[in-house]
Parts: sequence; structure tokens; C-alpha cells
Amino acid sequence: MTDDSRFGLARTVTLAGPLKLDGGARLAPVEIAYETYGALNADGSNAILICHALTGDQHVASTHPRTGKPGWWTRMVGVGRPIDPARHFIICANVLGSCLGSSGPATIDPKKEAPFAMRFPVITIRDMVRAQAMLLDHLGVERLSAVVGGSMGGMQVLQWAATYPDRVRSAVAIATAARHSAQNIAFHEVGRQAIMADPKWRGGDYYADNDPPAAGLAVARMAAHITYLSEAGLTEKFGRRLQARAGNKNGAKSFGFDADFQIESYLRHQGISFVDRFDANSYLYITRAMDYFDLAEEHGGLLASAFDKATRFCLVSFDTDWLYPTAESRAIVHALNAAGAPVSFVELSSPFGHDAFLLDVPELNRVVDGFLRAGENA
Amino acid sequence: MSELRPDLAIIANHVGGGSRVLDVGCGDGELMDVLRAKQCDARGIEIDPANVSLAVARGLSVVQGDADTDLVNYPDHAFDYAILSQTLQTARAPDQVLTELMRIGRRAFVSFPNFAYWRVRLSLAWGGRMPMTAALPVSWYATQNIHQLTIDDFRAFVKERGITVEQAWFLTGTRRSGDAAANLRAEHAVFLLRR
Repeated sequence: MTDDSRFGLARTVTLAGPLKLDGGARLAPVEIAYETYGALNADGSNAILICHALTGDQHVASTHPRTGKPGWWTRMVGVGRPIDPARHFIICANVLGSCLGSSGPATIDPKKEAPFAMRFPVITIRDMVRAQAMLLDHLGVERLSAVVGGSMGGMQVLQWAATYPDRVRSAVAIATAARHSAQNIAFHEVGRQAIMADPKWRGGDYYADNDPPAAGLAVARMAAHITYLSEAGLTEKFGRRLQARAGNKNGAKSFGFDADFQIESYLRHQGISFVDRFDANSYLYITRAMDYFDLAEEHGGLLASAFDKATRFCLVSFDTDWLYPTAESRAIVHALNAAGAPVSFVELSSPFGHDAFLLDVPELNRVVDGFLRAGENA
Repeated sequence: MSELRPDLAIIANHVGGGSRVLDVGCGDGELMDVLRAKQCDARGIEIDPANVSLAVARGLSVVQGDADTDLVNYPDHAFDYAILSQTLQTARAPDQVLTELMRIGRRAFVSFPNFAYWRVRLSLAWGGRMPMTAALPVSWYATQNIHQLTIDDFRAFVKERGITVEQAWFLTGTRRSGDAAANLRAEHAVFLLRR
């Protein structure tokens, strides 16, 4: 298996398709960038698909090629971790619409021999999941032992269980929701408008000049980043402290519009570093897919109808997450109870807000580990 | 594994293997663990997040929730047994919790401390203080037991609602005690109810 070029880090595959999209378009071919860790066992029962969040990527536990930083979920994925390449065959794919190698607005449109830009079809969470299912077919994985993800990754997890119940044994959905609320959509719209208001956006056709709407994308990231943190966490980390300056390590008000406060400086840094690794048009497409997400809507308005008893579920929320608060997870739990599906749910305490799912929360690891092992031993 | 609490041991012994069971107020899942070994499809609800984490880490299907508010989300007759151990007296609306329990489960196990146990009576009658016993170890201001009841209260309560008592067990400490004068002599009771 180690000789099989389908498996390993930094893989890309071009699938013939067509992938029929919820919006009516057909995408062909479909490019998917992905990574695998560990080896598929003889009976194909140890595969785990990890779904990444809005600005995440396939480098779940390997060094990011652009930033040089370690994988985004090394706390959860790795030797001795709950998701362990020694035990599991782990797959993580860049979502459709993104910019780390999977088909998206920066991909060359074969008909025009130029990037799709805004001519790329609008996609949905279900389209992302369908593309992942095509990848699993290519990899020879019939059934997943588990599909795991947080935030938008959690939406894909729920969508997987709803769309392919026979292919998912266990589902772990962390800090997520079964639909985007008006508030969620509102924050995303602020981000999109920031990008589109940047004169460099030019209707999305900025690739040829290699001069992207970095300022707009940075503002979008700054606004979104606030929603990933908690008020208490911000107060603890920054409070009203001022930024140190040359000759004054305690800082001073400038009576101007420099980044006086540490929180301003932090957000600006978050915005600026983000534009180096992410494409503005991808940000538009993926936030749109999240806003369209409403799992109940696909099932006659009743979330319970989205699920059957074939899949066991584990949901986790965090008490300081106001982006996808506990009430959203509870609504999913209630639907799963009504459907008779086996479900575990816990609200964990963390000061880190929505971002907690990416950070060091030992209890999260214990819960995920216990849940996955119980599914493997059943 | 440590020994099961006596009321849980009685329940574990009388739940049929392979049954569908909902344990309301399941704690860290010790009863569910035993039921799982009997091939039961056991689900739990628990209010304390630390307990839920422990139970889920054991691989049990436990959701964080509140018996007072969350039972309404379960469909009718979804379980062979609904279990409410040492939780009835902590509910804000025990009557509604019991109604939901009988709706969700074909049968229900309910266990609770008996407030008419002679030591409790003595403490209140002679000591003039809220009782603190092995079964009721917490001071009046800190106890979660906001709806204390007696065995006779419970018998009258289920009778009014047309619920059948299939079986009852009485305990003093870890030992079984007889049916005679149970309301005076028993520290705990376990009831098996049927609609």
C-alpha cells in the first residue's frame, strides 16, 4: 500500500466527474487535494475522514506549505492522539471551493483557459460532501469508521450522516450547527462586503495581475476572528492594554489611528497573515456555502428526518462559543433523540470561545477518544 | 469495577438483557456500563458536564440535559425501560417528570430516599432539625433534594395516576428490608412501574 501513489501527504487527484451541484451546474473535472495518514486495514474498517473548517485545509497533521506551521489539528490527530495513524486510516481533503489545490474560483476553467474567478459555480456544504464521497470511491474506502470535524467541518459531518448514512458508522460534530443563523449570515456578509468593496477585487478577476484584494480580505478575517473568540478571553488576553512602543514598553495613546491597543495590533496581524495563505474569492464561495446550510430545509423542515439510526453521533459544544452556541448542538441532539439515533453530547467549559475546538482542551480529547473506541469495539 | 449502589444493583438485575433503556440522571454511567454488558441499548441523560464527559469517554451514549426540560424530546414508547434513580426528589416538577417517564418507557424504575424512614423521623421530631443521614448527607441549604417524599407518598401518587406498581424493593443501608412497615423501616425504595 505504501507504494500506492493515492496515499500519503500532499496528494492531488483529478476526477472526471461530472459532479452535479445543488445549484444545478455540473463540475467536470473535479480536482481534490488531500492527505492520508496511516494505512487502510484489510477489511477497510479503520477509515476516518476529517472535515476542515472555513479557512482550514488538508494539512491536518502535516506542515502547512505556505506558512510552515504545524498541522491545524495536531492536538487531535497524531500518534497517541484520539485519531491515530497507528490505528486509523486518516483522510483529510481540501473542500470544494477552497484554494489549497481543490477545485475553486482560482482553478483554471478548461473552457476559457483562465481562472474561473466568479464564474465558478456557487457550491453548498452538500456539494463539498459529495466531492469527498467521490474521493473515497477513488481511494477504495466504502465505509467510514468515523467522520470528524469542528465548525464548518461539523456541518460536513452532519451532512455526511444525512446524505450517506450507510457510509458513516460514527459522526463527531464539534462546535457546530445544523443551520446558519441570521447572526451567522450577518457576520459573513460583512466579510464578503469588505472583500467586494476593495477596488482590487475587480469583480473577482484579480488573478492575472497577481494583485489580490488583500485589504478587503484582511478586514473580513478581522471581523470573523472576533467571532471565534470570547469576550472574557479577549479581556484576559488583551484587556485595554496598550501596544508597546520604542522607548515606552507600556505604550501610550497616540491620539491618532495607529494600533494603540494590543487587540487592534493582534487583529491587524491576524488579517495580514491570513491573506498570505487564503484566496479572497474562495472566502466568498465558502462563506456562501455555510450561509446556505440548513439541514432541516433539505428534509421538509424537520431536522429529525435528516437522520436515521445507522450512525452513532457525538456532539460537543463549548460554553463560551457564541458563534455556534450550545443551543444549536442541543437542537441537533433533540432531533437525533426523536430519530432514535444513538447520541452523546456534552457542553465543555473553555475560556477560548468558538476556537476552543482547535485548542488544548484535554476533556475534548478524552470524549472523542472514548466515543471512537466504543464504536470500534462494537 | 467497584460494586454498584444497592438500588442500581436491583435495577441492573431486573432489566432484561437486550432491552432498550433510558437512564435519566445516569451520573458517570455506572449502571449503563453494566446494562451494556447485558447487551442492552442504553442511553443516558445527565445534568453534570463532568459526569457526562466521564460517561462519554467510557463510550456510553449520554447527553447532557435536564430531566425537567429534556424528556419531552423523546418519542413515545421509545424504550423498554426508563430509569430514574435518586433523581425524582431533585426534579423541579417530579409529577411531570414521572408522566414523561411513563410516556417514554413501557416500564419505569424509580428509586428515591424515603423521608419517613425512622431515623429521619427521629431527627426531625426529637432533634427539631432537618435530618442528615447516610442517605441524606447534605445540609438543608445545599441539598439537591428539593422535593422530599415518603414511600407512602409515592404509592398514593402513582395510584392517583393509574400507574401500576409491578414490584417494589426496600433497602436499609446496603441490605434489603421487608415490605412490612416499609414506610417506617426502609431508607430507600425502588419501584418498578408499568403504565
